Amino acid sequence: MSLYSFGLEPLSCHTWNKDRSQIAVSPNNNVANIYEKKGKEWVKIHELTEHSGRITGIDWAPETNRIVTCASDRNAYVWTLKDGTWKPTLVLVRINRAASCVKWSPLENKFALGSGASIISVCYFEKENDWWLSKHIKKSIRSTVLSLDWHPNNILLAAGSADFNCRVFSAYIKDIEDKPGPTAWGAKMPFGEVLLEHKDCGGWVHSVSFSPSGDQLAWVAHNSSIGVSDATQGKEVTQLTTNYLPLLSVLYVSPSEIVAAGHDCCPIQFTYKGPGALEFVKKLDIPKQSSKTSMSAMQHFRNLDKRAIEEDSNELGTIHQNSITQLCVVAGEKAKVEKYSSVGLDGAMVMWDFKVLPCIPKK
Amino acid sequence: MAKNTDSARFRKVDVDEYDENKFVDEEEGGENQSGPTRLKWTLCSDNILQTRTPRYLCLSRCFFERAELLVVRVLSSFKSGDIEKAVGSLDKAGVDLLMKYIYRGFEKPSDNSSAVLLQWHEKALAVGGVGSIVRVLTARKTV
Repeated sequence: MSLYSFGLEPLSCHTWNKDRSQIAVSPNNNVANIYEKKGKEWVKIHELTEHSGRITGIDWAPETNRIVTCASDRNAYVWTLKDGTWKPTLVLVRINRAASCVKWSPLENKFALGSGASIISVCYFEKENDWWLSKHIKKSIRSTVLSLDWHPNNILLAAGSADFNCRVFSAYIKDIEDKPGPTAWGAKMPFGEVLLEHKDCGGWVHSVSFSPSGDQLAWVAHNSSIGVSDATQGKEVTQLTTNYLPLLSVLYVSPSEIVAAGHDCCPIQFTYKGPGALEFVKKLDIPKQSSKTSMSAMQHFRNLDKRAIEEDSNELGTIHQNSITQLCVVAGEKAKVEKYSSVGLDGAMVMWDFKVLPCIPKK
Repeated sequence: MAKNTDSARFRKVDVDEYDENKFVDEEEGGENQSGPTRLKWTLCSDNILQTRTPRYLCLSRCFFERAELLVVRVLSSFKSGDIEKAVGSLDKAGVDLLMKYIYRGFEKPSDNSSAVLLQWHEKALAVGGVGSIVRVLTARKTV
């Protein structure tokens, strides 16, 4: 694992380009920065300054090389690289509250945008008028949409929101794509159709993630729990409450392994093998065995006397010194992730290696 | 007019079964027994009671207040050594429910309750972790 610090400001969001040589991050303000890897350092090469509000979501489409950003100024921009600079195009999302998250679809012909207006805006490019149009999903959402994830079939969209619900919608737009075949989630998929609505996830649903096949959906909620809904088993929901602080981001790294991270500043691995079989595996950050810097006896007792502390360390034992806000796949395909990255409120980006221990068959 | 009339499920319930007078008698019978094992039973049965009693019948706040006082009394009457065993015998949902009652008890401190509750809190925290406290804060169904 490797750590890189982008400064002291928290990183609200991050996204990688296709070959992972560039990263776009936003340091909790209205600007998005693109850094390029030069040796061991990340050097800033571009600044995307069009938003007037704090940028809340950013996503990079690897094949078409477009970046979409959304901010609390109720706008979203699609950026395309022209002659070495990124040019923004305004997207008419038609929301009257801040945008909270944005994600390109797997085929990159549309993207979904969640907002505080209890609306999901699915936006696509209309060639005739050369602009981005949007269609709204409003059905049954009653509060801010906090997170989105696309199903591999480019049609279904999972949304976690602050009304304690986790839903799967159909985002099928007939103008730009063919009718989808039936999936384990349902057969009829007109636009805006609700295919799953899990009503009480226990808290705000901070993050959702489809499994590589799209048959399972994992989410993390603010009551320190993680849940999985299995479409192949009748959409049965398995929930696991953890003893840790709430998790903020969840990612499927293999068909059965899930990595989640949050306010405990440490990624945690879970495994899902079937309904009722959602288990904690281990914490993925081995706290460094702090080699206590040799402190004189006088200093030790002075600390005890003045500040009533025994150790002279203000640091956490984990790599991240503050909550992890977002996890992202870096290397490996979705079903066999080898590396993933995390950004947090401490302004640091850490790249983690994920190793699946081979199953040793019992003799 | 009654306050909670959103759900019509109450029409299917046999109200006489949950008659107020009956409830009091059952608990008083339990209280008269002494000894930690009996009290543990009362604690566990109280938790079961809480989950079994339909919430839409609890129209009055005093039902909850009485439950709180009862639980604090039960928790106070445990011996310090037995607290750990009692916490160990609860399952995950039980530990979360226990935490809810502990924090409820903190809200209205009486002469000795805080010290006892702090002991319970320490033991429950060892089993439930900070996650159980987060669930006290985020739970929609309060005790």
